[in-house]
Amino acid sequence: MIEYQNIFTRTQIHGPADMGVAFTTAGNEPRVGQPFFVWLFGKIGDAQVGPFYLGWLGTISLLCGFIAFEIIGFNMWASVNWDPVQFARQLFWLALEPPPAKYGLHFPPMAEGGWWLMAGFFLTTSVILWWVRTYRRAIALGMGTHVAWAFAAAIWLFLVLGFIRPLLMGNFGEAVPFGIFPHLDWTAAFSIRYGNLFYNPFHMLSIAFLYGSALIFAMHAATILAVSRLGGEREIEQIVDRGTASERAALFWRWTMGFNATMESIHRWAWWFAVLCPLVGGIGILLTGTAVDNWYLWGIKHGVAPSYSYDMWAPVLDPSIAAK
Amino acid sequence: MKYGLAFIGIIAGTLLTLAMMLHWERPPMASTQVGPRGTGMDLIQNPRTMAVLKAANVAPESDPPAQLSGVKVKDSKDYMNVKVLGDLDVEEFNRLMGAITNWVAPEQGCTYCHNPENMADDSLYTKVVARRMLQMTRQINTMWTPHVQQTGVTCYTCHRGNPVPANIWFKNDGGPHAGGMSASRQGNNLASKSVGLTSLPYDPFTMLLAKGAQIRVNGSEALPTGKPGASIQDTEKTYALMIHMSESLGVNCTFCHNSRQFAAWSESRPQRVPAWHGLRMVADVNETFMVSLQGVFPANRLGPSGDVAKVNCATCHQGVNKPLYGVSMAKDYPELRVPNP
Repeated sequence: MIEYQNIFTRTQIHGPADMGVAFTTAGNEPRVGQPFFVWLFGKIGDAQVGPFYLGWLGTISLLCGFIAFEIIGFNMWASVNWDPVQFARQLFWLALEPPPAKYGLHFPPMAEGGWWLMAGFFLTTSVILWWVRTYRRAIALGMGTHVAWAFAAAIWLFLVLGFIRPLLMGNFGEAVPFGIFPHLDWTAAFSIRYGNLFYNPFHMLSIAFLYGSALIFAMHAATILAVSRLGGEREIEQIVDRGTASERAALFWRWTMGFNATMESIHRWAWWFAVLCPLVGGIGILLTGTAVDNWYLWGIKHGVAPSYSYDMWAPVLDPSIAAK
Repeated sequence: MKYGLAFIGIIAGTLLTLAMMLHWERPPMASTQVGPRGTGMDLIQNPRTMAVLKAANVAPESDPPAQLSGVKVKDSKDYMNVKVLGDLDVEEFNRLMGAITNWVAPEQGCTYCHNPENMADDSLYTKVVARRMLQMTRQINTMWTPHVQQTGVTCYTCHRGNPVPANIWFKNDGGPHAGGMSASRQGNNLASKSVGLTSLPYDPFTMLLAKGAQIRVNGSEALPTGKPGASIQDTEKTYALMIHMSESLGVNCTFCHNSRQFAAWSESRPQRVPAWHGLRMVADVNETFMVSLQGVFPANRLGPSGDVAKVNCATCHQGVNKPLYGVSMAKDYPELRVPNP
């Protein structure tokens, strides 16, 4: 059967496992594990799994992550009195809560948020060690460090929520609980407490970059898939040597929206949109409660919030003032 | 292997569809605009649930007015130990007693409260409770008109034929929790019916349905004033109470609030004012009347931590924004609408 094939093809062909290029830096551990192939993985990416490079950074990072996971999990289980049925049934509702505000920045009793601080410490250590790992692995392969810096943008938002902003507010009660629904309740309560986060301009920017990222990702992916039959998947070579696929893709966008990115710039668009989403989001969170206490009132003051006419009923007065 | 993905997809799709059909409400929903255009102030209700609620919240027909005998209860030798209703005409009194029996103890009858050998006897705790509840009803109908308006309440508003109203609350510590140094739940993070199956604080009532409770969490200035504001945990407690109100009244947030700023009265609907008085009414009912019966109720009527049953929004409203769809039963029982002496 004749089947059209390129690197996006549905046909899986593989020869002997690729052991990877030689390191460009000194002081690396050897790669471990015998590579193997998974057909299902081949459906969505490369079918080859391994060899792995864990190194001491990866090992300690996984260990710290495991400790945080266990602290959170066992405390969730304890909160339903070690009942395995309730643990499974209510898993999405359970959480490890940060210390109440009254403890400020002091270390609270273990039952009153001490475990939360410990889990946070180990999770943060794990994430930061994993960041160093992404940085060092990129250097070892002679790559740029774009992935590490993009990851750092996400870590910034994580640290603002759980550490930097609570420090500025003077208590860890401002931080997020570890739990599925509880962290969503926290998000809603956080917005309500500080007068509606939708009036926070950095939150607005973050949403624009979030949706923008999705849009750019979809536009780029669709463009490349559409010209792959013309060799368009060789994007990186086409940065310097355009070829017909690039020409047609560029022309398509000039026809449909009057402007086109290039094979190089589209990746910078995508990288900055993705990175700016948590970056400006983190700034918005950092300003909440520290610099602005009520975003709606701030929005009224600066002409951001529209006003509506409530002429369908008589003016509603605060009864606690009306009673006086 | 070739059909593996499709097979997994079909199984997952079937399970998700089943889960959806069991737990989600199917469209269409009825939506009514209740605020200015563009604010998203809409009342969204499920017409099928509404039909069930409508059938479940029907006021019974009132008894015909009493033919007055001209003799007051306190002047009649046949009625002794009548401490609250002594000013009633004997016929009026008998009519009310009959009505209360139908409203509160239709199956158990008079003897649910009365000793048949001696109707004046206070030996049954239910009679002592009933007397206090009559005072409570009068207090609600006369002192709390900002909430109950001219509709008023009767025993039936809460009891609906049950000796103990279906919707009551006790102090709730959430049930067993491992001891030692394991992390406290801090009053939330369980799937709780009291707050619409969210993981919000499961007992917002003990703290927030108390006299003088402060439920406002927003700052009144755009910028921080330097004074410590409400914590996120306080905010979640208020949020939990609001979920309870929403569930109890069968309405969403925008029935009272413009959700872009929950705190702003100038952005709110007029319905928020009676709700504000309602919270204070509930605190008064609980502290003045329910808690005063602490020593009267037997142990089996008390909560897990030994407290008396208390009321919240659901006790009267039972899923409807106006209890019994606003039908005033109290207008047919004017003796329940006079001030306590």
